Amino acid sequence: MSMMASTDLLFNVDHGYLEGLVRGFKSGLLKEFDYTNLTQCETLEDLKLHLQGTDYGNFLQNEPSPIAVSTLDDRLRERLIIEFTHLQNHSMNPLTKFLDYITYSYMIDNIILLISGTLHARSLDELMPKCHPLGSFEELPTIAIVANTADLYNAVLVDSPLGPYFKDCLSEQDLDEMNIEVIRNTLYKAYLQSFYDYCQEIGGSTAEVMGRILKFEADRRAFMITINSFGTELSKDDRKNLYPKCGHLYPEGLAKLSEADDQDQVRQVAAYYSDYRKIFDGVGGPDGKTLEDKFFEFEMELHKISFMQQFHFGVFYSFVRMKEQEQRNIVWISECISQQHRAKIHNYIPIL
Amino acid sequence: MSGASKDRLNVFPSRMALTSMKLRLKGAQKGYSLLKKKSDALTLRFRQILAKIIENKTLMGEVMKEASFSLAEARFSAGDITPLVLENVDKAKVKVRAKKDNVAGVQLPLFECYYDGGDSYLLTGLSRGGQQVHRCKEVYYKAIKLLVELASLQTAFIVLDEAIKVTNRRVNAIEHVILPRIENTIRYITTELDETEREEFFRLKKIQEKKRIAKEKQKLQNESEGIKTVSHNYEASELEPAGPSIFEGTNDEDMVV
Repeated sequence: MSMMASTDLLFNVDHGYLEGLVRGFKSGLLKEFDYTNLTQCETLEDLKLHLQGTDYGNFLQNEPSPIAVSTLDDRLRERLIIEFTHLQNHSMNPLTKFLDYITYSYMIDNIILLISGTLHARSLDELMPKCHPLGSFEELPTIAIVANTADLYNAVLVDSPLGPYFKDCLSEQDLDEMNIEVIRNTLYKAYLQSFYDYCQEIGGSTAEVMGRILKFEADRRAFMITINSFGTELSKDDRKNLYPKCGHLYPEGLAKLSEADDQDQVRQVAAYYSDYRKIFDGVGGPDGKTLEDKFFEFEMELHKISFMQQFHFGVFYSFVRMKEQEQRNIVWISECISQQHRAKIHNYIPIL
Repeated sequence: MSGASKDRLNVFPSRMALTSMKLRLKGAQKGYSLLKKKSDALTLRFRQILAKIIENKTLMGEVMKEASFSLAEARFSAGDITPLVLENVDKAKVKVRAKKDNVAGVQLPLFECYYDGGDSYLLTGLSRGGQQVHRCKEVYYKAIKLLVELASLQTAFIVLDEAIKVTNRRVNAIEHVILPRIENTIRYITTELDETEREEFFRLKKIQEKKRIAKEKQKLQNESEGIKTVSHNYEASELEPAGPSIFEGTNDEDMVV
């Protein structure tokens, strides 16, 4: 207890400024009121005008007038990256490492993208712009240069920040034989577990808040992987190996999930856990939201709660995820507007 | 009549030409009815295709809208999947096969799409958005199928249009040019033949007349030479008052046997 008190006491010495900053960023997220305005826009020009009245300001000012949804998406992403790199540059350990952990998930996506691109002999110039900037690291471009998977594994991947995950769960042969999507999920599982362990190591409120979020993240992955694997060639054993083991579902829930054959059985598993039961029961309601929408909503709820506590790193993670969700929401609304598909425009995920 | 009589084939008006013309007439009539049937069949098919094209095009709008929206939905829950999907495509999964359909002798190209190999990217969005991605895939497959069908119909439409034009031109040509021309020729030949026949008949009559006059002259001359032979000849001419038949008397030097 005294240990926790002392970390809280000294938190502001190193991280107080950044916590304040991220809370400031968070208050700049779009409110319900803003969403109401956005959904009433008739054209993307209106949308642009409304966004100017928010924290985004003039970020679309230099864009030529018929603005494409993809441009909007790019600009929104740039905003997040600017904010995040600012946080990263001013951070001190252990927050620096914590923020690095956040970038690892993007690295996984980038590496997977480059590996599959290299396997199909695409050029590096073509692939690099598609990588998420948050997930780039020094060794990333070298992936495309190596000639075979042995070199790739021994020379590049093992030295990358994700090296440990590769070392622990994938062998050289796996890169050749396994489905790229299975590799991605295996890596992600290792990453999630390691992130979870790291947060527990930091202890205090960080462990509590991040534990809650990452446990949910792990369980959501388990549920989604199970549901999405129905009707594919993914075997039950392979599927089981993709479940992250740091969630509430471990071990009984995962064991049951690994046996599930259809959506009803997944639902039965979820019924044992009160939170998940609510999520599954809410699917197919009058609002027409899917299971994933419900999961997103629940996740946003968790992120909102994480801002209720002070002196912990969870707010940084939560902010990034909320901002990303906001980006998806804006893109969704603008897609609905540009495709004149207004019936579903309210299906965005409320954040605040 | 003078204009029509000009428009005839340049043949010698003989019986043989008449027979061959009659054969040609029959052939032309047969051809006309066959082509007419073909044109009708093509027009029928043409109208069917037209109706289908209209139906498909209306449907197309809806399906494409749905498809592009489902892509937005997939993006919403699965993030940006485009680069990954692009990187993982090594060969086309949906391919188009061209076949041929025969409508009244016109070869219509028929496009048909089919799956080549299994779903190469089944696990996309495994951890999130998989269902949306799957749905998106299905909707786009539907759209592609429709698109191929539409392409096939459009091509058939153009080909049929061309064929119908050609056939109709032939039908009209036979009906309005060839048939009247042959008929004119036949009429011309018949008139010519009748004419020659009448001429021939008149000529024969004339010859007979001349011969009769010549014979009478001979008789008068003989009378003056001697009554005996005259009386003998007279008795003979009493028996055959109209003179000898034109088909008798092999001694006639004008007769062509």
